[in-house]
Amino acid sequence: MSSTGHSSSSLPAMIKRSLIATVIAFLLFLPTLGIKTAASGGVDGLFLIYRWTLLGVGCGLIFIARMAYELFWAPKDGEQKPIKAPSALARALGSSKVAKTVGPVLLAFAIVFPFLPFSDRYILDLGILIITYVMLGWGLQIVVGLAGLLDLGYVAFYAVGAYSYALLSIHFGFGFWMCLPLAGLLAATWGIILGFPVLRLRGDYLAIVTLAFGEIIRVVLLNWRSFTGGSNGLSDIPRPSFFGIPFNQSEHGFAATFGLEYSSMQRIIFLYFLILALAVFTFFVTARLRRLPIGRAWEALREDEIACRSLGVNTVNTKLSAFAIGAMFGGFAGSFFAAKQAFVSPESFNFMESATILAIVVLGGMSSQLGVVFSAIVMVGGVELLRQLQFLKSVFGNDFDPSQLRLLLFGLAMVLMMLWRPRGLVSTRMPTVFLKDKKTVSASMISQGRG
Amino acid sequence: MSQPLLSVNQLTMRFGGLTAVDAVSFDVYRNHITAVIGPNGAGKTTAFNCITGFYKPTSGDIVLRHKDDTEFKLQEMEDFRISQTAKVARTFQNIRLFGGMTVLENLMIAQHNHLMKASAYTIGGIFNTPSYQRAQEAAKKKALSWMDRVGITDRADDPAASLPYGAQRKLEIARAMCTDPVLLCLDEPAAGLNPKESEELNALLRSIRDHDDVGILLIEHDMSVVMEISDHIIVLDYGRKISDGNATEVRNDPAVIKAYLGVVEE
Repeated sequence: MSSTGHSSSSLPAMIKRSLIATVIAFLLFLPTLGIKTAASGGVDGLFLIYRWTLLGVGCGLIFIARMAYELFWAPKDGEQKPIKAPSALARALGSSKVAKTVGPVLLAFAIVFPFLPFSDRYILDLGILIITYVMLGWGLQIVVGLAGLLDLGYVAFYAVGAYSYALLSIHFGFGFWMCLPLAGLLAATWGIILGFPVLRLRGDYLAIVTLAFGEIIRVVLLNWRSFTGGSNGLSDIPRPSFFGIPFNQSEHGFAATFGLEYSSMQRIIFLYFLILALAVFTFFVTARLRRLPIGRAWEALREDEIACRSLGVNTVNTKLSAFAIGAMFGGFAGSFFAAKQAFVSPESFNFMESATILAIVVLGGMSSQLGVVFSAIVMVGGVELLRQLQFLKSVFGNDFDPSQLRLLLFGLAMVLMMLWRPRGLVSTRMPTVFLKDKKTVSASMISQGRG
Repeated sequence: MSQPLLSVNQLTMRFGGLTAVDAVSFDVYRNHITAVIGPNGAGKTTAFNCITGFYKPTSGDIVLRHKDDTEFKLQEMEDFRISQTAKVARTFQNIRLFGGMTVLENLMIAQHNHLMKASAYTIGGIFNTPSYQRAQEAAKKKALSWMDRVGITDRADDPAASLPYGAQRKLEIARAMCTDPVLLCLDEPAAGLNPKESEELNALLRSIRDHDDVGILLIEHDMSVVMEISDHIIVLDYGRKISDGNATEVRNDPAVIKAYLGVVEE
């Protein structure tokens, strides 16, 4: 495109660009807005309803929006778009001082959260879900954020953890605390098994193979009926007890032992603190790992693999350790998931889960643990929030189900993110070691890794 | 003269039908600066990549001797082991730094293997054992001493990518030296440097040669660097060695004048 052709601000050029946008919108809207299938109720099955007015309104809105953009917001001729300084929020999240205060505040809030007046069972379940995703995000961050290896099959390790707990507790009667390290160990082993074949792969190829790996695990779980129960899954998984004291109404139960009135909430609160403890453990271990030689080697691997080898860093071991340790935390989280649900089935471990966890890491920022917390709240909590928007029914009619818009908003959020924060909420990184003062490294310096 | 530090014997590297390096033999000595020169495409970088393990040579021996007479056959070793065990460090023609990491972090990664051991392969490091803390402090001190020597201490906490070009070259040399090498291989260290920076580089390389008990092997196009600091020059042309000797000998060698100095360069 010539230099004048694109940024020309003459009126005909603007109208031309707006018309092009409208034509593209028309082609997109034609099958989505223009045509609706409806059941006829008879033997014919489906017939088509044409909604030309709606289509016209949609295209008109696009034209008006594009014209408005051209007239008011688009950069004018010869005007260089200034490089935006990071927003105040992003700068604040990136600085270590703020991270040091926000972190403990969030933790304190998480601790008192179950005892707040509005915390009913639903809210607490949501809290458990969010913290599980935070933990998974921190685990995947090691692989994707630090080592720069794009892993689209992370949910496989979550599945390995969940099935490890389910099978070990059903067949051998192992308790939760016994299964937890075993599940982590098994997931780490599978991390290494995945790691070996992909050592030489980079970029798109690595992404495809890890994606396939995630699917293989799910399909095996689905088809190995004698072992995993197939699509029926495994049910009656023993629920975790409070150090041997079960949460039930019997006289040896938790309520009776501590002289409390029995309530099903006690178990939920226990599960909440269990996942919180696991997440805090994950936080401290991953934060510590990052500052150790191994964590620096992960980041160096992301920056330049050849330079790593020239300095005597064993890149094979370094990659495998990233896969294994990332997978281990996935295994811990999976083990908790199985314990909480008392039921696992392959349904819970589809690609959408991998995509959600990856989106949390990418949205949060590749190397910021705090960023992952915020993005997990947005991604998981935001979707739940949609279910609450029942008042929209009064606007759009009773057929309107806001939670059906989930994927649309998901896509919209991704597009907005690409525009405004292409490197995530917190895109800077903190050095792992410093001489005089710790300065944040700006995102433009940091390599995204080609692996 | 004592035993050579590195003996390259009949090194040959073929890429399909192209023989990039053809039966080249030469020696590199400790506390010497050995330069490999030659016109573009003469096979300098290929020979270099064979020595540092980034290529596996088609045939020939590359033997490195440590002071205790242990010998390493570099052509049989994996690239990272050549740095880790045989102690050969290298820099790259196109600088390869960890751009998003600070200068200090770059120098810490160079000490990775030592620090991994000190952190008991991460397990001791997680609990921050006193021995790991000591090793970490020692590694920082060593990094600081190299930053002082190349003169980039004031940029210690800045990302490597933000350094000016000349400082990046210096950092890459400092990083290579932090691996405690016995042989330092530099691929065109003066490329892109201005005359003043070239002068500083010469001083730095001389000081490394005289004080750090290493052999330096360098590829260079900049004749002011080569002729001034090299103790020993090897000239390659079309993959073959055409001359070998000190600066005066090479400068007056008719083969060199024909192939190189009189024809290609200004």
